[in-house]
Amino acid sequence: MFKYVKQLTSLVAMVAVLFAFTTETMAAKKSKTLKNTQKKGFVRCGVSQGLPGFSNADAAGNWTGVDVDVCRAVAAAVLGDANKVKFTPLSAKERFTALTSGEIDILSRNTTWTLSRDADIGLTFVGVNFYDGQGFMVRKSSGITSTSQFKNGISACTNIGTTTELNMRDFFNSKGISYTPVAFEKADEVVAAYDAGRCDTYTTDKSGLAAQRTKMSNPDEHIVLPETISKEPLGPVVRQGDAVWEDIVRWSLNTMIEAEEYGITSANADSMKTSENPQVKRLVGAEGEMGAAFGLDNEWNLRIIKQVGNYGESYKRNIADTGILPDRGPNQLWTKGGILYVPPSR
Amino acid sequence: MKLKKILPQLLTLLFIVLIFGFFTMNAQENMDTRGIEFGFGFLKQEASFDIQFSLIDYDGSMSYARAYLVGLLNTLLVSFIGIILSTLLGAVIGVARLSPNYLINKTASFYIEFFRNIPLLLQIFFWYFAALRALPMPEDAPLIFGSSFMTIKGLYTPAPVWNNFDIFLITLIIALVIIFFFNKFAKKKQEEEGKQYPKFLISLGIFVILPALTFIIGGVDLSWSFPELKQLALTSFTYEGGMGIPPELIALTLALTLYTATFIAENVRAGIQGIGKGQKEAAASIGLTPSQVLKLVIMPQALRIIIPPTTNQYLNLTKNSSLAAAIAYPDLVLVFAGTAMMQTGRAIEIVGITMATYLTISLAISLFMNWYNKRIAIKEK
Ligand SMILES: N[C@@H](CCC(=O)N[C@@H](CS)C(=O)NCC(=O)O)C(=O)O
Repeated sequence: MFKYVKQLTSLVAMVAVLFAFTTETMAAKKSKTLKNTQKKGFVRCGVSQGLPGFSNADAAGNWTGVDVDVCRAVAAAVLGDANKVKFTPLSAKERFTALTSGEIDILSRNTTWTLSRDADIGLTFVGVNFYDGQGFMVRKSSGITSTSQFKNGISACTNIGTTTELNMRDFFNSKGISYTPVAFEKADEVVAAYDAGRCDTYTTDKSGLAAQRTKMSNPDEHIVLPETISKEPLGPVVRQGDAVWEDIVRWSLNTMIEAEEYGITSANADSMKTSENPQVKRLVGAEGEMGAAFGLDNEWNLRIIKQVGNYGESYKRNIADTGILPDRGPNQLWTKGGILYVPPSR
Repeated sequence: MKLKKILPQLLTLLFIVLIFGFFTMNAQENMDTRGIEFGFGFLKQEASFDIQFSLIDYDGSMSYARAYLVGLLNTLLVSFIGIILSTLLGAVIGVARLSPNYLINKTASFYIEFFRNIPLLLQIFFWYFAALRALPMPEDAPLIFGSSFMTIKGLYTPAPVWNNFDIFLITLIIALVIIFFFNKFAKKKQEEEGKQYPKFLISLGIFVILPALTFIIGGVDLSWSFPELKQLALTSFTYEGGMGIPPELIALTLALTLYTATFIAENVRAGIQGIGKGQKEAAASIGLTPSQVLKLVIMPQALRIIIPPTTNQYLNLTKNSSLAAAIAYPDLVLVFAGTAMMQTGRAIEIVGITMATYLTISLAISLFMNWYNKRIAIKEK
């Protein structure tokens, strides 16, 4: 009797191994990145060096933020656990080489989607998780309340290797204002230099300004001017050449946004399996074969919603409740007056 | 027999070629699958970013090649100033280390131990951020040297405004050429007839008088533009006119100089200590004055010991200047391997060019120092 049990378990184990092997090779056939990720057991994600609300590590090394949540969503989808992410903090200058050289597999770091980045340098943008624009911060005491008060000789602190650097030139040129750009590699140094009075203004994405302001020695002494001088659609990026991986990241983000649209939250996701609405059921893996095309099981999207939450939850947790940008502005669902609109999961 | 000698070399060569080939193919394949192209055409494209500080005319409408040149010149500038200042400071500290005066001696060795053992990047940050915060805002800056201002936004000094600068420059070059031939002539005379000219005084005379003449008869004219305070907003000021030296350049130069001088000081000390006491005594006994002893006997021998390791320090300083990126000094690494690389995505090409550039600068410094070393070396007759 005992003998049989032993044989049976080994048989089961063998079948399990074989099964795991076949599923792995199936997925592998589709995506090298997916295969490597599953083999390693964690998603390799490039983030900022600390931008509250977007990607920021606390003292214990726990990363939070809306950009972080994109990587967590992918981890939940492909590994079953949103915590299986290895975060690599990158400066604006390092970020694309880290991705193209294969050091990371997703770059989710307040990165603006532009034509040349998408088409020219081996990257593929998968979507937008924050609609933003470039703005200026000044000291309140300067009395400046609008960029129209800028004068020749103004000095502007910013980061190198950003769209900011380019927009700034376009902006000052079109206004005919001569300016001194002071461009640092790391954001912390930009903030420190501006804070010390090296520059009259600090310019970057408005989200970045709002987030960095919280790091200044005295946040109340600074204001962000009302003007927006560019479009900065920020979103996750992957290496060009792995279409399945690209799709996984894209649809992980889309799932979060669409879940909000259909009122599916981390709290009610399980109960939504019995919903009347087939679209809701598809989003929680209760209808259709939504994961097969990626080489994933059918509950990949349910796990994202359960473990990370929908976009609204992520925004509230990271950006609104932390006081960075309480108003969602354009980053509201299209059904509620915003411009968040993603293709349907079906 | 011959084959035995050549074979290992051939194998090494083959190995290197294979490795190189493997990496190129690998890179090529990866770049292909990711849709990255290879080429240097981007250098002609418009850079479209501005640079804070440039020795040549530049703005964002010029090419990436031009931006490269701006970065290169900024690297050369900070390296050049750093090398000169650290050599002077290093020589002083090195001699002070040998001083019989206890206080001078201990101060020098404390200086060396202190600055040598703190990581350079930290020192750069210290000078930039700690010192920067301590500097006054433009509107509060006191006048220094009657016409300059040291502020948080930089050092503002009067700037020369030249008329017919080219005539002045050409005259200066002619003066240098004349000095060169005069010195050759004087040396020959000394060797043949033992006649000694006051070489230094005459050279200095030529160097001063010829260019000065251009002011009187050459139409050369020099005036100064002075920095003036300008209000940008309620509490925000800057200076206009004159010359603005960015605080980034000052902090970087200071840090590089203070750090590198410690190593040069040690080289100088070792060099002087390396010369036997007997040499000095022998030289004095044949009637040379103390300054002649130092100039004709000690230094020529000490320099032979000092120069090779000091050349290394010059190379280190030049390479260390690339830490500039941390504090926004627009050197080659910040401008080219930073912004330009990011905006074009041409990582391989740009890293290649940057590496080749540093290699060339290093080789040039080495060659020059070797040449100098040979020139001053005592020729064994
Ligand atoms: N969205 C712009 C700018 C992105 C950027 O790097 N912004 C800086 C300034 S807020 C930043 O996020 N720094 C954070 C960090 O380096 O950790 C881009 O993609 O070029």
